[in-house]
Order: sequence, then C-alpha cells, then structure tokens
Amino acid sequence: MARAVTTQHKTIATAAAWIVALLIFFPILYTIITSFKSEQEAIQGFALIPSGTIESYSEVQAQSGYFKFFLNSVLLSVGSTILALLVAIPAAWSMAFSPTKRTKDILMWMLSTKMMPAVAVLFPIYLIFRDSGLLDSRAGLMVMLMLINLPIVVWMLYTYFREIPGEILEAARMDGASLWNEIVYVLTPMAVPGIASTMLLNIILAWNEAFWTIRLTTTEAAPLTAFISSFSSPQGLFWAKLSAASTLAIAPILIMGWFSQKQLVRGLTFGAVK
Amino acid sequence: MKLRTLTLGLLSASALAFAAHAESITIATVNNADMIRMQTLTDDFTKANPDITLNWVTLEENVLRERVTTDIATKGGQYDVMTIGTYEVPIWAKQSWLLPLDKLGDDYDAKDILPAIAGGLSVDGKLYAAPFYGESSFVMYRKDLMEKAGLTMPDAPTWDFIKQAADKMTDRANGVNGVCLRGKAGWGENMAFLTAMSNSFGARWFDENWKPQFDQPEWKNTLQFYVDLMKANGPEGASSNGFNENLALFQQGKCGMWIDATVAASMVSDPKSSKVADKVGYALAPDNGLGKRGNWLWAWSLAIPAGTQKADAAQKFVSWATSKHYSELVASKLGWASAPPGTRSSLYANAEYQKAAPFAKMTLDSINAADPTHPTVKPVPYVGVQFVAIPEFQGLGTTVGQLFSAALAGQSSVDDALKQAQDAATAAMTEGGYIK
Repeated sequence: MARAVTTQHKTIATAAAWIVALLIFFPILYTIITSFKSEQEAIQGFALIPSGTIESYSEVQAQSGYFKFFLNSVLLSVGSTILALLVAIPAAWSMAFSPTKRTKDILMWMLSTKMMPAVAVLFPIYLIFRDSGLLDSRAGLMVMLMLINLPIVVWMLYTYFREIPGEILEAARMDGASLWNEIVYVLTPMAVPGIASTMLLNIILAWNEAFWTIRLTTTEAAPLTAFISSFSSPQGLFWAKLSAASTLAIAPILIMGWFSQKQLVRGLTFGAVK
Repeated sequence: MKLRTLTLGLLSASALAFAAHAESITIATVNNADMIRMQTLTDDFTKANPDITLNWVTLEENVLRERVTTDIATKGGQYDVMTIGTYEVPIWAKQSWLLPLDKLGDDYDAKDILPAIAGGLSVDGKLYAAPFYGESSFVMYRKDLMEKAGLTMPDAPTWDFIKQAADKMTDRANGVNGVCLRGKAGWGENMAFLTAMSNSFGARWFDENWKPQFDQPEWKNTLQFYVDLMKANGPEGASSNGFNENLALFQQGKCGMWIDATVAASMVSDPKSSKVADKVGYALAPDNGLGKRGNWLWAWSLAIPAGTQKADAAQKFVSWATSKHYSELVASKLGWASAPPGTRSSLYANAEYQKAAPFAKMTLDSINAADPTHPTVKPVPYVGVQFVAIPEFQGLGTTVGQLFSAALAGQSSVDDALKQAQDAATAAMTEGGYIK
C-alpha cells in the first residue's frame, strides 16, 4: 500500500515538474514557433502551428551579419568569465578559509550591488568609458561584464570552497606547499566541478546581458543582444523577424545549456541543502 | 623585374595612402523599411566616395533615442550621423548639440524640401537635420464598407462625420470595427494621435504662460469624444493597440477607418500583405471647423552631432541620402512607390510617382496642412504639432498617455484622467521652472 502511494506521489510530482518546465520553457518555444511564421500570421493571435516559412531567417541573415555579433558574444562572455574567475577564486579562497568577522558583511555587501538599478550608474560609467577610450571596445565591455557578475561568481565559489575540508589545505601546507601551490594544485583540482558550473552560469549571464552591451557598444564590440534589438520596428510588422533573430541569438547558449545541464543544476543547488 | 617591383611598390604606396585617408563614419538609425532599403543601396555612395566607409547601427526606436541622447549629451563621439525626429531637432539645435547643415553641396536644392518639414527641422532659419522621410496622418477607409453604409467620404471630413460613419460601419458580429485608433500609452503612441486630435478641438497643452490646460473644456471634449467613439466602434483591447496592431487589423479587413501615419498607405495598399489592398480610400484628418485639422507632422531625419570628428564626410553622406538623386536611385532599382515619401516637392510633382502611389496627393495635402510653429487654434509658447518640443515632454507625454489609455480601458473616468493629467503636468512644469 505504502508502495502504491509512493508511486502515485511520484507520478504527481513528475507531472507537476513537467507542467512547470513547460510553463517556463513556453516563451522560448513560442518564440521559435513564431520565427517560422509570416509577419501577418505572427501578429494575428495565438497559434501553435506555424506555416513553416523560413523567410524571416533569410531576411534576418540578409539584413545583418549574424556571425560578427555571434563572435563578439562568444569573446565577451568567455573573456569576462575568465577575468571573473581570476579575481573571484583568490577572493573566495580567502573568505572560505581565512574568514574574519566581517567576511559575511562583505559577502552581503557584494550581493547588494546586484540590487542597484543599472541605469542609475549609466552616466558615470558612460563618462568613464568615454574618457578612457573604451566605448565600443571588447576589452572595456569584458571588464564591465566581469564586474557585474563578480558578486555571483564569488558567492558560488565561496559556497563550493566551504565544502572542502580545511584539513586538506593544512596537510598541503605541512608538506611545504606555498600559497600559490595550495590554490593551484590542491584547491582548484578539488573544486573543478564547482568552478565549471560557476563558469557555465557566468557565461550564460554574460551572454544574456542586454543593458550594458547595447549601451556601451556601436559596431565593433556589439554582441547578439544588439543584433536582436535592431529588428524591432516602430512602423512595420516585425514579430516574426524579431523571433527569428532571437532564436538565432539564443540557440548557441541553449545548446550549451542542454549539454551541461547536470553541471548547471549541481552548481545552482550545491550547498543549498545542509 | 624592376618594372614589376616598381609597380608593386607604387600599388602598396597608394594602398597605404588610401588607407591613411579612408574615413569611416558611423550612422545610428531606426529599423524601418526605408532605412533598411537605404543600407542596401549604399554602394552608390561608396563608389562615388571611395575614401568613406559606412558603419550602421540599427536600434529599436526607444533604445536609439536613449543611446543617441546619452552620446550627444556627453559628447561621446560614437556616432557621426544620427537618425532623429522633428521632436529632438529644435531642442538639440538650441543646445548647440547639432551642426548646421551648410555644406550639403550646390546641387542639393534645399528649397525643394517641403516647407512644413523644413520648418520643423530648422532653428533661426538654419537647417539642422535633413529629412529622410516625412509623414503626416490621415484617414484610411474602406471604400466598400463606406458604400455599404450609404455614405460618401468627403476629402476633408469632420469628426461628426467620422462618428456617423463609424456607427454605421461597425459590425461586430462580422468582426468589423468602425474605427481603429491608437490606444497604447506613450508620447509617440496614443499621445501623438490625441495631441493632434486635440488641436482640431481647439485644445492645447499649455497656454502662453506654460500653464497646463487639461482642466479646460476643449480637452474634456477631445477625450470624451475619443473614448465614446472607441467604446462604441473600436476594436477589443484598443488600449494596447499602437501603429503595428492597427496596421494588422486594417490589413485583415477588421477596421472600417483608421486614422494614422501617411506611411501606412503603402502598407495597406500592398496586395502582398493586405487583404483589402484594392478597397482603400484616403481623406484628410478630421476637423471641427475651427481652422486646425487633427493631423500630425513627423520626419525621420539625418543630423550630425557637434562632437563628430568627421563632419565633412558626414555631410557628404547626409546630402546623398536625402537628395533627389537618392529618390531616383530607389526608383530605378525598386520602382517609384518605394521612394522615401514626404520630404521633397519634386517627388510629388513627378507624374510617375503619382501613378505609382495613389495616396501621394492626399499625403502632400496632409503634410501641407500641418504647421509645427502654429499648431493650435489658440496661441501657444511651443513648437510641435503632436508633441511639445521641450525636454520634459517625453516623460510627461508618456505619463499623460498612461492616464488616457487607462480612461480608454475603462479603468478611470475621463474627468479623473484629465484631473490627474493636469496635476502631473503642473508638477512637471513647476519642477522644470516654467511656472511657479
């Protein structure tokens, strides 16, 4: 009897999980469906079966060079992630293994910067970029994206590092390992799964960042977010073209997310259940 | 051998010299059919100016406005040519943010630009932006439904006639709405329509001393007429309809009349996208016999920011893109119907264009009927037909647009919406230092 109840619970839980997953995925699915409609069909109202035309894709391709934007997205998201890890690994290490009484406060303060509306600092940042000649440069944007995502990266790595027993590091120190060796040869290999999932999540966050990537670029450093933005039209139908552009822009990261979902889920839930 | 070396040497030297002189200019633009068409035709420009290369940045209208405003206000120098509208030009020119366009070339023929448009883009007699395409608004109506209703649309209808026709054309059982009008909140959305409409009702945003006028009977008449008309004859969910939503409704045969931008004419009469392409008639925007019609005036124009280092190359490009030659180029490649409308008198005098665009005369008459410097029945201290050319208007216009959209949706009464609009406008004008 108990077994039957468990099976029933499982079925309900599975069904509920599927419903929630479909609800969350639906906007993306509908974007993909809309990209295969004509402009007229796209604005006519809700319909799940498209006519299957690929005219929007050909128009989008003809209108803008996708590849240049794609390349910038890859460079910016990977570059900013590497920069973030270079800063965050030592920071998280010190907070996890040599905490002071203010460590928690610092962590909370870092996270609080994520709650500030980005537009509040648009002008100062814009002026700094202008004066440093960094407007429309990949290097400047990489630093910007790194700074935006740094709190999340530090927090995630901190949670990981806390799971590693301090005794192992002590043992390494007793064996004469320097600080550098301790981080590179002992801590990092043990934290590889954590670092990998942090990296993946950060790449996704950087890929999707649309406020700064649109406002600090013009042509040279513009990534896929700027590509999508160019298809919205004040006078003329554009939903199908916009959906095609969005599908092209999210496809790479969607595929990457699909293949790395285990690491991602592990990364996001690690340390959540204690 | 020597000759080959010499030739190669000369070629390399000239390539280097060319590279040293090559200038690239960055153009910020919105995504619309005319602008995208221009991007495909720039070979003509670069062939004539091999030392200039063009970089395009195409952005959504609101993002574009924010980007170029940030850039020009901070002298960021990111753009050499900007696409801006008749709202920005007078404000930015007064701030000395734009260069006057005085090097457009001898054959540019600036006098050919339609006077109403040139007036909206000039400050103290100097042109600060060159119009790429211009528009007014007018009535597009279904000739078949009008005939069925037993009415004939005059060339210059009154609002009473529009109401009478809408009442007769509405057939909700068959999905036909007598009239489709903008309801989506925004200074460039419902407020463009309602401000232009209010001009024909004798209303104004501010009196000569910048005192807001939403507490006056003219505004009450405007908004009440609009809400009643739309409730009786408008489409469902009209408070979220903008240009594109109404375009789709009209093209699908769901609107008897649609009062909106003249550029829509080429879209509703295109058989590839419109089910009613051969049944569309055009008339001037309605009036109330007070001497002003309810039509607006807008021109997407090319301007050069004062911070650019490449002013000469930028002026060359602006001159090319807004010239008579460009219209002829578009016509030779894509037909006269694709030529950018609403900017030059010569286009409307062209018999081939008139033939290809049956709405040409009505478009020209609508543009000529708008006067941005004297937009209202009573005197006003501002420039602009469907907007008030002051920096505060974007925020205030959108706030008032939200209040009026809520009145259309039935979330508030007309009186409440007007009272709140008066309060919001008074607060904004006090804060801006216009009134005490």
